[in-house]
Amino acid sequence: MKISIQINEGPYQHQASDTAYLFAKAAIDAGHEIFRVFFYHDGVNNASRFTMPPQDDRNVVNQWAELNIKNASGEPELVVCIAAALRRGMLDESEANKNGVEGNNIHPAFRISGLGQLIEAGIQSDRLVVFGD
Amino acid sequence: MLHTVNKSSFERNSLQSCLNTIDDTSVILLIEDGVISAANNANSSMLSDLATQGRVYALQGDVDARGISSKVADNIKLVDYAGFVDLVVEHGTAVSWV
Repeated sequence: MKISIQINEGPYQHQASDTAYLFAKAAIDAGHEIFRVFFYHDGVNNASRFTMPPQDDRNVVNQWAELNIKNASGEPELVVCIAAALRRGMLDESEANKNGVEGNNIHPAFRISGLGQLIEAGIQSDRLVVFGD
Repeated sequence: MLHTVNKSSFERNSLQSCLNTIDDTSVILLIEDGVISAANNANSSMLSDLATQGRVYALQGDVDARGISSKVADNIKLVDYAGFVDLVVEHGTAVSWV
């Protein structure tokens, strides 16, 4: 079955991203397809490549990135809401250039896009599961 | 439908809102702080009624993490993440009450 996920909360401040990750892993292990994970509201903070937790703690950002990188199909697509990201100072290279600022912090396994990607995930997937507040 | 509730009923009224609107075939999965409502002494009568019908589940890991394993009402079914996935697959649209 084709499943997509929406995450509305950032890492380390709310359980949403951890629950969603364990759910996604269990779904993949059971042979289901996680088509897209859409990071919305404070959930965009799950995409920061500068996240450096202590060594004995899980790295939430890398966990998501590895799910994407390890799968040759490029799924799950990790999509960050552009409006939510920009107002929180989360930029990829293209947005940094466009806005005339130096540096960027979106992990390369994630991509910035619009709310249409969430709607499309809802249409193309059999299920959409929302995590967060 | 599958309704997930992730807040304790001591914190928010999302479980009550869910119970007020749920239809006769839907099931509830308690996750995160929502599992607090699975404890015997926190149980509402509406939730107990649904549990009697076998329509209430709680996420085992979250129950264990909060130290209430021994208090979970007998007719509330504990599931792991694989069980969570099965509930999403079996029950159609998933609604998250937050």
